[in-house]
Amino acid sequence: MIRKLRSILDTLEPHFLKGGKLAKLFPLYEAADTFLFTPSSVTQTTAHVRDAIDLKRMMFSVIIALQPVILMAQYNTGLQANLGLQAMGMDASPSQWRALILEFLGLGYNPHSLWDNFVHGMLYFVPIFLVTQLAGGITEALFASFRKHEINEGFLVTGMLYPLTLPPDIPLWQVALGIIFGVAVGKEIFGGTGKNFLNPALTGRAFLYFAYPADSSGNSVWVAVDGYSKATPLADAAEGGMPMLTANFDWWSSFLGFIPGSMGETSALGCLLGASLLVVMGIASLRIMVAMVLASATVITLFNVFGSSGYFDVPFYWHFVMGGFAFAMAFMATDPVSAAYTGTGKIYYGLLIGVMVAIVRVINPAYPEGTMLAILFANSFAPLIDYFVIRSNIKRRLARDG
Amino acid sequence: MITKAKTLLFRPIIANNPIALQVLGICSALAVTTQMKQVMAMCIAVVFVCGVSSLAVSLIRKYIPGSIRIIVQMVIIASAVIVVDQFLKAYAFEVSKTMSVFVGLIITNCIVLGRAGGFAMENPPLSSFIDGIGNGLGYSFVLIIVGVVRELLGSGSLFGIEILSKVSDGGWYTPNGLFLLAPSAFFIIGFIICAIRLYDSAQIEEDN
Repeated sequence: MIRKLRSILDTLEPHFLKGGKLAKLFPLYEAADTFLFTPSSVTQTTAHVRDAIDLKRMMFSVIIALQPVILMAQYNTGLQANLGLQAMGMDASPSQWRALILEFLGLGYNPHSLWDNFVHGMLYFVPIFLVTQLAGGITEALFASFRKHEINEGFLVTGMLYPLTLPPDIPLWQVALGIIFGVAVGKEIFGGTGKNFLNPALTGRAFLYFAYPADSSGNSVWVAVDGYSKATPLADAAEGGMPMLTANFDWWSSFLGFIPGSMGETSALGCLLGASLLVVMGIASLRIMVAMVLASATVITLFNVFGSSGYFDVPFYWHFVMGGFAFAMAFMATDPVSAAYTGTGKIYYGLLIGVMVAIVRVINPAYPEGTMLAILFANSFAPLIDYFVIRSNIKRRLARDG
Repeated sequence: MITKAKTLLFRPIIANNPIALQVLGICSALAVTTQMKQVMAMCIAVVFVCGVSSLAVSLIRKYIPGSIRIIVQMVIIASAVIVVDQFLKAYAFEVSKTMSVFVGLIITNCIVLGRAGGFAMENPPLSSFIDGIGNGLGYSFVLIIVGVVRELLGSGSLFGIEILSKVSDGGWYTPNGLFLLAPSAFFIIGFIICAIRLYDSAQIEEDN
């Protein structure tokens, strides 16, 4: 079987090589080939560092770490939709094709049933995920053919993170536009994976946030039922401070993730599971996460003590379970390409994100959520942070050793 | 003479564009390009100011002392800008109101001062005038592209006339709010620079 596959690929290869009919599509062939088999090219010179962890394995680990979040995203999207239907007094999904599929599977809209919730949520998550893969994949392939570099595994992770940051009912054409922008402007025009200074998934999300605010922010987009609006904890906290927040939500349901919000971002627990897996496997930087958490806890506590009432009163342990904080800490801030590279730099980078999250969330009245903007901001500072860390290292060593 | 005039006039449009190659005058390209009406007013104003001030500077170039040359050039440019500002207020009040301070800020547009200081100080009046007009046109070329993209995608219209029917009026087009924000002009200018350099690879800078 494997041998047959290999021989099929081998017979196909001449068509994709220089001069072949399909030479323009070589990156596609190459991607399929190296995805299935180890490349046959080996290092020729004597000295080189070998590490079992290559880009492919790294990306794969992130995808494994994302599984709790993805499962929770589907369950909670369905749960919120079913609760919304119940509140509206409707007995079937207003979306025709989803209602048909659910009926075909013999499932209902009971918010207490695990399967009803999970499958209903899946019917929202899967289309968004597929559109992301398709639109982003095509963009990636176009650039790869045009620039004559290979298709990189980097997109697998971007294409998983991006749908998780979206609200469940977002129009699919917007999903496509966002990921095309994210991949093209956030990554490819700077030279592709490894050379991008912004996180492509967040770039795409930010594009949607500014381009179509009506469909990706506000109170009516978080539950996948048309016409039903329910505020997220963040919106409640921004509007009415602690009294309004605690009247509508309790901390544990927010921590576990049974709240309306962007699909993958509601469950802080799921994000923590993913984060610990990434730290154990040595992929995500613990320094960034700890620095980010400590910095925002400090700044938010300062706001609690010195600030006025309302949003300023919300304590840090609430901030950590609201909105995208946990998700961004686990998967976005730790993106090794767009984060700071030096060890000390990672601490400063994490601190910068933490401080900015607190400031944007609490002080800026326009944005109750600030994690996305804080990370993009810190992304653009990461090279500068590294530069100063390296400069100061050189200076210190010069002073020590002369 | 004719060919020289032609080069002076047309070179700044693609081959030596003040925005795309010299990266000058970006500020107003971000600020006034949400609507084509403003773009056109801005373009005509800059072409006029650039041409007239280059001509005036060139006429008295031999009498300007080197140590105060920038002050003298600024006085001439500012006078031209005030004329434009008053003209707009008199004949196109609505446009002038929406453009607010940006007409006055033409004084600080680096393209105008750049041509007055860099070209008009060393060249005869007629070539300076043509050079000023040419650079104004090069500026206009980029501004018009940015303006068309921003107004079309951001508001679904051109010159205030609806082209893409909006969802809010029962049509199919959802306006893209990003194009109404200044950062979008950065992207668009970036893509214009990319397109020009693909067409004319001599403009690509070497890695350092």
